[in-house]
This record gives sequence, structure tokens and C-alpha cells, in this order.
Amino acid sequence: MIVAERKPMEEILRLVDGAKSILVAGCGGCVTVHMAGGEKEVEVLASLLRMHYKMQDKPVEILTQTVTRQCEPEYVRELAENVAKADVVLSMGCGVGVQFIAEHFPQAWVVPALNTKFAGATLEAGVWAERCGLCGECILYKTGGICPVIRCSKSLLNGPCGGSQNGKCEVNPDIDCAWQLIFDRMKNLGKLELLLEIEPPKDWSKARDGGPRKVIREDVRL
Amino acid sequence: MKAGSNLEKVLTSGQFAVCGEMGPPQSADGKVIKKKAEYFRGFVDAVNLTDNQTAIVRLSSIASAHLLLEAGVEPVMQMTCRDRNRIAIQSDILGASALGIKNILAISGDHQKFGNHPQAKNVYDLDSIQLVQILKNMRDLKKFQNGEEMKVEPRLFIGAAANPFADPFEFRVLRLAKKIKAGADFIQTQGVFDIPRFKRWMEMVRDMGLHEQAYILAGIIPVRSVKALEYMKSEVAGMSVPDELIERMRKAAKPQEEGVKIAVELIQQIREIEGVRGVHIMPVMWEQVIPQLVEQAGLLPRPRFEETPEAAPVQEAAKA
Repeated sequence: MIVAERKPMEEILRLVDGAKSILVAGCGGCVTVHMAGGEKEVEVLASLLRMHYKMQDKPVEILTQTVTRQCEPEYVRELAENVAKADVVLSMGCGVGVQFIAEHFPQAWVVPALNTKFAGATLEAGVWAERCGLCGECILYKTGGICPVIRCSKSLLNGPCGGSQNGKCEVNPDIDCAWQLIFDRMKNLGKLELLLEIEPPKDWSKARDGGPRKVIREDVRL
Repeated sequence: MKAGSNLEKVLTSGQFAVCGEMGPPQSADGKVIKKKAEYFRGFVDAVNLTDNQTAIVRLSSIASAHLLLEAGVEPVMQMTCRDRNRIAIQSDILGASALGIKNILAISGDHQKFGNHPQAKNVYDLDSIQLVQILKNMRDLKKFQNGEEMKVEPRLFIGAAANPFADPFEFRVLRLAKKIKAGADFIQTQGVFDIPRFKRWMEMVRDMGLHEQAYILAGIIPVRSVKALEYMKSEVAGMSVPDELIERMRKAAKPQEEGVKIAVELIQQIREIEGVRGVHIMPVMWEQVIPQLVEQAGLLPRPRFEETPEAAPVQEAAKA
């Protein structure tokens, strides 16, 4: 899922400063699953804003609405009525949601309440970690299902750099060395010889480096 | 001869090679390079110019290498994958070659987190093995990475790094084999303090016959204080420093002299190991130690070929 984290309250207050009415817009997708921008978090943020403006004695109207997914047109359109009432739409979706609301409502001022972090997974309650670099051309079949593009701090494709020690990355002892993980797994699976091949330079044009990407599937087009 | 560099001549003639290393200044003061050249001229066969090491902005390795060449010392220009994509790397290699630089060391580069611009975006379009392969294809096939041909190829003696002290230990030699397969002509290792582990690594190197496919130069880091040694043990990833050495430096009445003595002993022990073809001395900010160190280690005089500059007497260079 796309993992995001709420911005600090002070920053959010700066982003909505001066508004007379604010729509806090939640998303029922990834951000609901990891409790960053779903219905519950929308109500929490709305309460914080109401308390803040009450203490400041400012009459600011706080509207709330959470749609199934902010990344699909039919759900985004459901926001129309509330968007029209608000000076600022504070999206609690990921960066995709923020942009999609802006795209659908040309007159609306849409700002992000979250920092969108990465494509990742839940390690345990309250801990999420990056797992996919969205490089556009998956090489996981070469590395035992562990991605060096995103899990190695240098995206090295031919093995660990000289900074790998005791299974940890030189950048931070909290980061596992991806190549230690790959090596151990390939060894256990008896597939070490796959790592002896020289992996050629990657075609980064399939990644963001080729410009913003689009997927078109004729079989599902109407 | 692949590039005809002095280093290549020393190694191919079967003599024990000595490389030095110099960190360019954190300013536009090119005179620093020329001044430091005095510590190396005639005492080593070639000198590495680091490429913004530890991700701290310094005078570029390409310009430094050229300044050193002008000062009559052969450079080994380091090139990391951290700051340049394949376009910039190939361009700089052509430029370096046109300036007369013949030895290149291809490395991944320290992560920017360690430097003075930790907010920078890193590149890593390539890794060091891919870079080695690109250099080899430029030289031997006259081809750019995209397969297009060039008229005049860069004549390069291609170096790569190896760290016998990093993990996974078992994979280290396999990775070295990949680097050599990719085209590395010579290898410079991380600084050796832990002789037993280095010996184990060299044994694995010999088992795979890699010592006969590339020239292996062992890293030597002379240290002048116990603090420097402790720093390397605790702060530098991929270093192994035995406690006995730290104890010995702590007890030393004259730590600088002890540091030279330790480096000399390490060189002597390393020379005994089959398959080691030279040493790469990295005197981090202590370049003036080079003349006495190589003299005491019995590495003088350095081999001379046509055009090799003559060594200044040890005393004089030490004063420079």
C-alpha cells in the first residue's frame, strides 16, 4: 500500500491559515488501512482544528467527508457539494488523492495533510516499511524476492558495498543490508549462482526517469 | 599495455607496487595538490585522488588528477557512482583521458548521509561493477554504454575496490570475482589492520585464482594517534581493528613513531602473503609520513621507467 504520515499540526495550520471553511477529506484506501487518513483520522484532525479555532475565537467551519478512494473519479466526484462550500480542501489522502481532487475541482484550493512516504507493508502494529521502488521493471526474480533497488541505500544491483557490516547498512544501524538479506536467502535456497552473473545497468526509463508514467490496458477500456 | 601508466608498468614488470592517496582540498586552492605532490614524487608509483570522499565537497578528482600530473606524479583518479549518471561519467572519463589521466578507480562512493550535504539526492544510475564494465568496453571495444562507437577510445588501467572486512564475508570474494570479470585490472583493498582476516580472504582469493587475474594491492592506513584508530574501529563501516593495536597505540610514548612502526610491520606481513602485488597507502591528512614510511618499509627506490620522475632525498621531501 501507499504509506503516508500526517504532517505536524503547526504545518497543517499554516497551510489552512485564513480559511473560513475547511473540508477535511479522508480516503478509504491505503491511508485508512494504516490509520493515517481514514474516517477516524479525519474526525480526529477535524476536532483538533475546531479546538484550535475555538481557543483562538475564530469562527471557522470544519466540514468532514471520507470517500471510498480519492484515486478514482466516481468517488472523488462525491466530494463536489462540500468542496463548493470550503475555502480549503485539506486532503488526508496520499499525494495521488490530493492531486486527483485538484484535477476534478479546478476552482478548489487543495492542500495535503499528509506526507506521502512510500509503497510498503505493515511489519507489526504501528510499524510500516518500504518494500517497492516502483522502478517499472521488476527484477525480484533475480534477487530472491528482496528488492535491491529500494532496500539498498545505493540501489546497487551487483552485491553489497564495502559498508555492509554485521548485516546492517552503513547509513543507519536500523537498516538491514539488503544484500546481506539477499545473500542469506539465495544461499538457503541453493541459488547463489544467480548472484554471480553481472547485472547490467538498469533501464531507468521504465522508472520515473522516463517522465511521468501511464498504464493503458485496452482489454479493460470502455 | 592497456594504458601504459607507470602503475601498470610496475605491476606488469612483476615488481611490488606502492600507491599513495591524497584528499583534494575543500576549496579552489589547487596549490595544495602541487605542494602535497612533494610527499609522493619518487616515493610511490601512483597516487589516488579521492572523488569527494565521505561525500564532502572538495576540488574535483579530475582536476586534482590533472594538477598532480602537472606536478610530475602519476594520478589514479577515483570516480564514484554517487554523483553522476552514465552520461556524466562517460563524459568525465573521456575528459580525464584527454588530459592524460590513465588510471581510474571505480567505486560506489560513500553515502551522502556521511557528508556535508546530507540533504542531497544521490544518483546511483550505475553501481561500481557496471562502471568497471563500461570503462572496459570504452577501452577495449571503443563503445559507449549504449553500444555506439567512438573514434578515439580512452586508454585506461582500470581499478576497483574490495573490502575484505565487510559482510557478508563469504560473498566478498565472489563479488571481487564479478569485478574482475567486469574488467578490473587492479584492486585496492580497504585498510588492513586485521592480518588474520586478510589472510583468510587472500586464501579465498587464491582458491578462485583471482590473484592471477588482477593485481591486488592491500590498503595501509598509517595512524598517528590512538584516537584515529578508535575512530576507525567504531565509526567507519567495514573496518576491522584489533584491540591489541589500539592498546599498543595507547601505551606508545611517541604515538606518531609507533604509528609508522605499525604501518611498516603491516606492510612487511602483507608482503609475505602470496598473491598480494602491492600496497595502497592511505595517509588520511598525514601525507608527510609517506617518505619515511616507504623508506622504513624497504620499498625504496621505486622502479623507474622512461619519464618516471626522480625521487627527492627523503629528508628534503619530509620538509616540503
